Amino acid sequence: MKTYFSVFRLRLINNLQYRAAALAGVATQFFWGMMHIMIYEAFYANAVSTPPMSLKQVVTYVWLQQAFLVFIALWVRDEEIFNLITSGNIAYELCRPCNIYGFWYAKLIAQRLSGAMLRCFPILILAFFFPEPYRMTLPPSAMSFFLFIISLLLGLMVVVSISMLIYISVFITMSPVGSMLIISTAGEFFSGMIIPIPLMPLWLQKVAYFLPFRLAADMPFRVYTGHIPPAQALTGMLIQLIWLGILVLTGNAFMKRIMKRIVVQGG
Amino acid sequence: MSQIQVKGLYKTFKVAKRSAGLKEAAKSLFHRKYEIVEALKDVTFSIDAGEIVGYIGPNGAGKSTTIKIMSGILVPDRGECRIMGRIPWKDRVSHVREIGVVFGQRTQLWWDVPVIDSYELLRDIYRISHKDYSKNLDLLVNTLELQDIINTPVRQLSLGQRMRCELAASLLHSPKILFLDEPTIGLDAASKIAVRQFIKTINRERNITVILTTHDMNDIEALTDRILLIGRGQILYDGNLEDLKSRFSDNKIITANFRGYDSIIDNQTIHSLGATVVSCSRGRLTLKVDTRICRVADIIARLSGVVDLADISVESPPIDELILKLYKEYAI
Repeated sequence: MKTYFSVFRLRLINNLQYRAAALAGVATQFFWGMMHIMIYEAFYANAVSTPPMSLKQVVTYVWLQQAFLVFIALWVRDEEIFNLITSGNIAYELCRPCNIYGFWYAKLIAQRLSGAMLRCFPILILAFFFPEPYRMTLPPSAMSFFLFIISLLLGLMVVVSISMLIYISVFITMSPVGSMLIISTAGEFFSGMIIPIPLMPLWLQKVAYFLPFRLAADMPFRVYTGHIPPAQALTGMLIQLIWLGILVLTGNAFMKRIMKRIVVQGG
Repeated sequence: MSQIQVKGLYKTFKVAKRSAGLKEAAKSLFHRKYEIVEALKDVTFSIDAGEIVGYIGPNGAGKSTTIKIMSGILVPDRGECRIMGRIPWKDRVSHVREIGVVFGQRTQLWWDVPVIDSYELLRDIYRISHKDYSKNLDLLVNTLELQDIINTPVRQLSLGQRMRCELAASLLHSPKILFLDEPTIGLDAASKIAVRQFIKTINRERNITVILTTHDMNDIEALTDRILLIGRGQILYDGNLEDLKSRFSDNKIITANFRGYDSIIDNQTIHSLGATVVSCSRGRLTLKVDTRICRVADIIARLSGVVDLADISVESPPIDELILKLYKEYAI
């Protein structure tokens, strides 16, 4: 365990160096957030029936989405791991007395955490001071906030275990482009990053609830806004844990099988 | 029992092949042709604790493949490999705890952070106790002279500095066996010598077995008593360097500087020495002696009769030539 924590720590140190990238990210995310909210504002002003989520909830949902983008977006990728695989530097990784799956998992969690740490605070703090209707709101209760934090962290672990499957696929395809594109596009849509899931047509909601992607974004955000009440949030977390178990076990099994046939080429 | 035992190792690789051209490329979308490359064919050797073994052979001979199998990265098709009683690829985690590896063309250090951060990560990965860690680190920093570079990010180090850091990284966990895959590749003379000296020191003081692949024959000459020559996937020679030398090199090179003989030595005098001339200039003469015909001592004696010798040196021909001869003999 200490090993993984140590990898995590070094990765954090490493990534906290990239401040300019974080600053640029913050600016982009403000822009996106504003744009999303404007669109929803227009929709809500002309709605014929009462939407299943209030505008206030949607605004908060959007800001959380932007603040924790690096946390939950499937398209965030770690070039280093891809390079390790395609360049053969993985040879060193294989000479270490530890489980490669756990090793990379720790690296990926650290990457996302460091990215989010640099970005989320400026966005969240400023969003609280925006004029209405762009202002972000506090969660309805301390309980909701507490459950939000836990489900957000569990969601992070779910996202990383999904992305591990992408990294493992690179062993076979040697290029991350294909699997990345398929999984991240589908994932982004079904995690509610484009339209909040409650605003989707009913049949699409059913699909989204069946897939694991929403567990990382849609669910924690709605726990925060109170759209998912605490009692339901607990069931949601149970589902998060079950998915996490399934994804990690599959990933580990794939990794083991691939390690047996791996060929490291070149001097 | 030997520390490392390798018996009848086979490994083949499947390499996708196609000829040039669009038509061929289109064809290969549906049907791929593969060629089987036999990287190792029945490789057998054993190495005892504390040996330094030079593993040589031309590019593509199977050196790196063998190293990768011994370090548990590759699984061979057939054959046995036991290192300290363990099968590397089956017992990977406990096996790699006991070995250190340096791949000269790759890096194990984190590019953007100071070297020391990478070391601390390795400390936690190998679960080295703080006491052992600081002891090892002190020793390595002193012998490899890392004091000034240990707090520098790796990207700012020169290749020579980086290689010294890599060596230290591979020894932090006190391994019993060290695999070095081309550790001196691309280094300047000073760094090469530093690396060689260091390898010698740790081998002597800590009794670490060193297996070294290289194309630099000076590495071999400076470090190893025993060489393994591999070509086309087979071990062709296993023995010490001196034997190899006496088998293949029947020549010695004598270089003499002399005084009191202002003109260039005339042909007749040279002929009477019984050796062939490599170069001849004012005050300096280089001769090649075939030791099967006459002894070096006789030549020197004759030479000193003719001129007033100031300085004389006797050398074997460059070891690269020797290895070239060897490759030629085995047609690899």
